[in-house]
Amino acid sequence: MNIKFTINNKPVSIDIEDENTPLLWVVRDILDLKGTKFGCGKAACGACTLHVDDVAVRSCSYAVKFAKDKNVTTIEGLGDVENPHPVQQAWIEEVVPQCGYCQPGFMMATAALLKENPNPTDEDIDKNIINICRCATYYRMRKAIHRAAELTQESKN
Amino acid sequence: MAKKKISRRKFLVRGGLGTLGVLALGTYVFRNPIRREIIDFADSFVSPYSGTGTEPNLWFEITKDNTVILHSPKVEMGQGTFTGLAQIAADELDIDINQIQVIAASTASGIVDGLGTGGSLSVASMWMPLREMAATIRKMITIEAAKKLEIPVENLSTQNGIVSGNGTKITYAKAVENVTEWEIPDTPKLKPVADYKLVGKPVARIDLKAKVFGDPIFGMDAEMEDMLHAVVIRPEHIGATYKSANFNKAAQMPGVVKVVQIEDWIGVVAKTYAQALAAKMEVDVEWNIPKKWTEQEIRALISVGNGNEVLVQKEGDNLDDDDKEFLEIEFKSPMGAHAQIEPNGAVASYKDGKVTVILSTQVVGITQNQISKALDIDTKNINIIPTYLGGGFGRRLNTKHAIKAVQLSKEVGQPVKYFFTRKEEFQNDMFRPPTHHIMKGKLNEKGQISNLEHHFASGNVAIDSALLPDIANTILGADFGAIRGGSIHYSAIENIRAVQWHKTLPFATSWWRSLGLLANTFAIESFVDELALKGNQNPIELRLSQIKDNEEGIRLKNVIKKAQKEASYSDEVVNGKAMGFACSTDTGTPCAQIVEVSIIDNQIKVHKVTCVMDCGIAVNPDQVKAQCEGAMIMAMSAAMHEKMYIDDGQLQPTIYGPYDMALLKHAPKEINIHLIQGVDKPLPVGEPPLGPIAAAIANAVRRITGKRLTEMPLKLS
Repeated sequence: MNIKFTINNKPVSIDIEDENTPLLWVVRDILDLKGTKFGCGKAACGACTLHVDDVAVRSCSYAVKFAKDKNVTTIEGLGDVENPHPVQQAWIEEVVPQCGYCQPGFMMATAALLKENPNPTDEDIDKNIINICRCATYYRMRKAIHRAAELTQESKN
Repeated sequence: MAKKKISRRKFLVRGGLGTLGVLALGTYVFRNPIRREIIDFADSFVSPYSGTGTEPNLWFEITKDNTVILHSPKVEMGQGTFTGLAQIAADELDIDINQIQVIAASTASGIVDGLGTGGSLSVASMWMPLREMAATIRKMITIEAAKKLEIPVENLSTQNGIVSGNGTKITYAKAVENVTEWEIPDTPKLKPVADYKLVGKPVARIDLKAKVFGDPIFGMDAEMEDMLHAVVIRPEHIGATYKSANFNKAAQMPGVVKVVQIEDWIGVVAKTYAQALAAKMEVDVEWNIPKKWTEQEIRALISVGNGNEVLVQKEGDNLDDDDKEFLEIEFKSPMGAHAQIEPNGAVASYKDGKVTVILSTQVVGITQNQISKALDIDTKNINIIPTYLGGGFGRRLNTKHAIKAVQLSKEVGQPVKYFFTRKEEFQNDMFRPPTHHIMKGKLNEKGQISNLEHHFASGNVAIDSALLPDIANTILGADFGAIRGGSIHYSAIENIRAVQWHKTLPFATSWWRSLGLLANTFAIESFVDELALKGNQNPIELRLSQIKDNEEGIRLKNVIKKAQKEASYSDEVVNGKAMGFACSTDTGTPCAQIVEVSIIDNQIKVHKVTCVMDCGIAVNPDQVKAQCEGAMIMAMSAAMHEKMYIDDGQLQPTIYGPYDMALLKHAPKEINIHLIQGVDKPLPVGEPPLGPIAAAIANAVRRITGKRLTEMPLKLS
């Protein structure tokens, strides 16, 4: 069957036999955007987090059919070197990544949180950012999330 | 350790060698590789066994746009090694940090570090050889520049990748262009460390942008032309073997190319990953399950008094078992999983007897040898291309699953990508072994520790691992991985004993970041605090009085005193909050930590950590601190959350969540790290900070609740 949606602001049309195929594999293997990661396949780690209509979604457990006619954003569409998203800018300033594998998922989760809650408290962060980072870069992540909130405010002023 | 010197006669230079490429971070057209073999650089693990017969080689390339590319024999798994190596090389080469790229060498590029990347030794072991090599190469470039500019070498100087003198200049790239015969000088005098512009500075990670913008740099991201996708079915019970299977239905599923049984596993190859996974569900397989192991049976295997006994350390007399005065406490730690987020896997191609494998691995050369041995293919026909690793932590010190990917590629005649499901990952991990400890000790009339004994049992770490040849297992005494941190560093105590018992479990246990350090330090440092309480003494002062004033002792005392001062340590409980102290010495790096803990809703909450470490020269202080932060929170996760167990003959749990790990909300909100430079060389940093924190937390909890927690994960009830 054919499913249309937009990915990073570009319309795409996918022919796929099984509409229940997880969006993750469509993004990675058909659209060749490798920034969204596979970690567990059970929505337990958050490495595959991307946005569907600005909402954070764990794409390993989200059938591609649900993305129909929606806007999907991945880390590649969040920002780029010339024009980084405030979350990416904060991640660079705080030198957050170690191995880096889980980081796109965390950045996507953070960007979605800031959209909903531009100035999250520590408690808001604790409650909402529940992905897993095995390098345990959490200490710098908390600082980077607050910094990203600041940068977002600055860019609005 | 003997000084590592580059031998001039071993210095080889070749030009115009074949191309590498798929994983290079940049594109480069013109190449001029300089190859240098370093003898006496068998480095890597501080172990009773050394010398694998393989020697690491290093390559520099200078591209047409005047970028230097270092092909690193060490891989990057988050520890920041590439950045540290870039800083060291750039400083001696007189180039800017932006003019150097680091990529992991493949076996085809001639670089094989026989012992892999681990033991926190990458930067420490490369420090001297890399400086000497970079300095020599800078000299060689200058010699070629002198010829091209027709100016005497003595009149030339180097800066930012440019050789200049007598009012003229030439880039390194131009200087080395078309050089076929190299003049090889003696190793020049190295720059004093104080003159380095990059070493010692908090340079941003060179892989930072790739990791922030989602570049496809990991093994999981690799692809080959015409690649198929595979999943593997393995027995889920410990020790089970293949009996029979029916693939008829699976083979008819959409996209399926082949279903094949090989040894004790079944491979399903399909056009897409989703198709392979769907077909896997339809395979009907029966296993021989000779025995269903229980948790109790495994725990019983790992107990002091059971297995092979090895005396690790002994000073003075043993405690008399009939002596009723000594204190004895038993400690335990569970099995731990690596749980790195990027699953294991490989992209492999087998064609006309030639093999190419792209994967995340800590052991490039060993993986090549494993494939060669298993499939009877000459190593010269096997190219292993390592990528960035989505976490290592010791799990990828054995990546023999690459063999399966090659076998499947051979079966279907096309490249195959195979990676583990999360359940497969958890059930086929090479776990941190469970441990059991009996601590015994006694105070004398003056309140000093007169006796301290650590009796400990562990599953294998080094023994039976891929890093050691089989022969080593029979000549090794103690398991040098399991004993990490198991010796007692309180050198002033007169009577000391450490005895290890080891036993092979019916499933693989092996390297897990810091090896025995985590559990051994938990036992020893919890017990020393208990002795301080018994003698009604300040636990830090008691420790300081038990350390001799030799070089090691002074360095250890310095980190302890600094932590005491920086954290304003007090053994009083104030408003339900208490401090806990612990320290350890691992791979020559002493580390002291003080935590501030309270109990909230019957849960242990760590608010603040102070960490002091003497790691010698911190090549990149910011990344050393990042390693401390991550290592401490990872150790907290192991100390307070994580536990693998056995249920109905299977290793459990098999998914994150049930395998409880520290999340962002568990991380301390305040971490203060202080680095001391007690020696004039870099020391290992990636693992030593895992040592103290479990005991530090337990020591704080003891002061708040009066209860001594003796088993990880630490739980109040």
